[in-house]
Amino acid sequence: MSMSTYARHDDRLFCRELPQADVLLRNAQVLDPRSAIDDPHDILIRDGQIAGLGPPNSLSAPGGDVETIDATGLHAFPAFVDPHVHLRTPGQEYKEDIATGTAAAAAGGFCAVIAMPNTDPIVDDAAILRSLVDTANRSAQVPTGFLAAITRGLGGQELTEMAELRDAGALGFTDDGKPVVSAGILRKALQYQHLCGGVIALHEEDPALSGDGVMHEGAVSARLGLAGIPSVSESTMIARDAALAGYERARVHFQHLSAIESVQALRAAKEAGINVSGEVTPHHLTLTDDIVRTLDSRFKMNPPLRSERDRHTLVQALRDGVIDCIATDHAPHARHEKEVPFEQASLGTTGLETAFSAIYTEVVLPGELELDVVIDRLTSGTALYGLPTPRIASGEPANICLVDLGARFEVGADGYVSRSENCCFHGRTLHGRVRLTIAAGSVAFKAAQLDHRGALSRS
Amino acid sequence: MSVRVSRHLISIEDLDRHGIERILDRAESFAEVSGREIKKVPALRGRTVVNLFYEASTRTSSSFELAAKRLSADVVSIRSAGSAVDKGESLKDTVQTLSAYDPAAIVIRSPHAGAAQLVAGWSPASVINAGDGKHEHPTQALLDVYTLRRRLGALDGANIWIVGDVLHSRVARSNILALQRMGAQVTVCGPPTLIPREIEALGCAATPTLDRIHEADVVYVLRMQLERMHDSFVPSLREYAVRYQIDTARLRPGQLLMHPGPVNRGVELSADAIDSPQALIGEQVKAGVAVRMAVLYELLAGAPALAAAA
Repeated sequence: MSMSTYARHDDRLFCRELPQADVLLRNAQVLDPRSAIDDPHDILIRDGQIAGLGPPNSLSAPGGDVETIDATGLHAFPAFVDPHVHLRTPGQEYKEDIATGTAAAAAGGFCAVIAMPNTDPIVDDAAILRSLVDTANRSAQVPTGFLAAITRGLGGQELTEMAELRDAGALGFTDDGKPVVSAGILRKALQYQHLCGGVIALHEEDPALSGDGVMHEGAVSARLGLAGIPSVSESTMIARDAALAGYERARVHFQHLSAIESVQALRAAKEAGINVSGEVTPHHLTLTDDIVRTLDSRFKMNPPLRSERDRHTLVQALRDGVIDCIATDHAPHARHEKEVPFEQASLGTTGLETAFSAIYTEVVLPGELELDVVIDRLTSGTALYGLPTPRIASGEPANICLVDLGARFEVGADGYVSRSENCCFHGRTLHGRVRLTIAAGSVAFKAAQLDHRGALSRS
Repeated sequence: MSVRVSRHLISIEDLDRHGIERILDRAESFAEVSGREIKKVPALRGRTVVNLFYEASTRTSSSFELAAKRLSADVVSIRSAGSAVDKGESLKDTVQTLSAYDPAAIVIRSPHAGAAQLVAGWSPASVINAGDGKHEHPTQALLDVYTLRRRLGALDGANIWIVGDVLHSRVARSNILALQRMGAQVTVCGPPTLIPREIEALGCAATPTLDRIHEADVVYVLRMQLERMHDSFVPSLREYAVRYQIDTARLRPGQLLMHPGPVNRGVELSADAIDSPQALIGEQVKAGVAVRMAVLYELLAGAPALAAAA
């Protein structure tokens, strides 16, 4: 089976046939740290490509088929990428599917996502991956990539047919949701990576230390009588696996870091010259275990929300570049899976629709992190898997989101684009809302507010 | 913190010192009722109390049932075994079904933290937490404070040690909060494997040895669950008993001894300690009915007394 059947480009991202946009974004405040732009610009998009970039009101629509959008007062960022989402296809479509999950991504300003393989069945076989790719080619609203499992059934015992999975389009491998407990099995996967390529992404946790834990081990778990997951459950495995990666000269990515000790282990590995990277979620950047005092199952996730010191360290590590990117770990669950006591609730929160707004409100506005750093880290996740990085520059494919930083909204008040509503920011008032997402040259999301503005500007 | 309304008793945090004292005062008057030949008052006549027990319980369930009956309420007691819960019905569906009977109160015991709080969100009834996971058991703490207050008067400055498996104990958590609200100093003591990390954040002290147990005015001993041995929390019950068992040799004259029951004789307590005049274990059980009558009365019939801390 030739790979080109499934991977339209070598980039291993898949989506439905997208109508290529012809749009003039007028007078947007463009911020693209990689292009060193932070000024008002007109952006002309022809046939899905950025055809021109000019001073405000300098560009004109060269024909009737170009839609003009008045972006005055709005920011234009390179659209975001998310290297860690759960789209639930196949088998758990009652939570989410590729169409709804990628629509939620578009609504959050994302132009590309990478889906995890812990579905039902698990993506541990090339036939399953090929059918997923077919589904994505029919229904994905934004380009979608797939990681395949490292071990069959996520069982941690036998390697998947990694080379065939790569040929079928896998960007890389992960047993996300579970750690690879056996160092011996992981070592063989790292060795095999020299044959098949593909980043190996790791959910780090030592089950012997996590035990029955359902939240961060600390003062709050002591108060609530909930079993704790100690920070060292994560960090000791990061240290172990970084050492293995160094020994095997392998490429490893650490998923959803949550703890100070994990940041230290990642930093040490990078300083030792090991080819590692790391990601952090919006919820770990903005929330702490203190909110678990509510016993609201929306705040149950793995890894758990940790202390304020951990949160602060994660923010600093993201700024320093020790942590490379932001990833939502978008994890939709049906209502009945969350409307149960905390200990029984499913793990995870949705995150695609709120990622930017949550970080902007809780981290940028209080002055902890600069906006350009956030934009950089929201657009760097797919490059780790060898994919292109969205940029706002002439000649680039149009991957742009328009954001109204002045907008305030209550999360969930108008429902969600995602099929699930288990958002840890539900009910919170956030600042900064995505109004338009152009993904791979196509308008993937457009808010009603923008049509209203457009009508005003045309009149 | 989530907002809790005054018509529920879900956590000791729902009560300030005044609210606790009001319940204890009310319990004193109900204790008098329990001394009469006809142990019944008409306070809750025509109202329904549902006891929903998802965990085995003898003294808590029976004392709630008796308390509601002595207040003349109609009582429905449901245990998970043999009910729709056994057939996989969710807590939410069970509570909404029972709510159709328009109960004035739902008393719930669950193996999971936060269950009582969820029930309060799903039912218009007043909800009383009869133990939720390892989180809280507020009526146990109230009856313990009641028992102590009868012996000591005010608890201000009293030095109270809680000894044993604090990690898995909802009784310990509710008591740490309640005793401190009443002005006592609390120290928890047990094997380091069974003392929660950062427990000091609750305001108590923690120590791994009984070396200073003589400083305690009250020694409150927790039940050592036998299965803990299999999880390697303690190497053996023998070693646990050697290090932590309270016997009459370790008990200083004048110290009071408490235990929430049921006791493992010869493990956390020696038989001579249980039977010593310093032990208040029987008084604790006796207090259970009066205190639970007081809680039901204050939530369902009394003035909005519990609003103070809410």
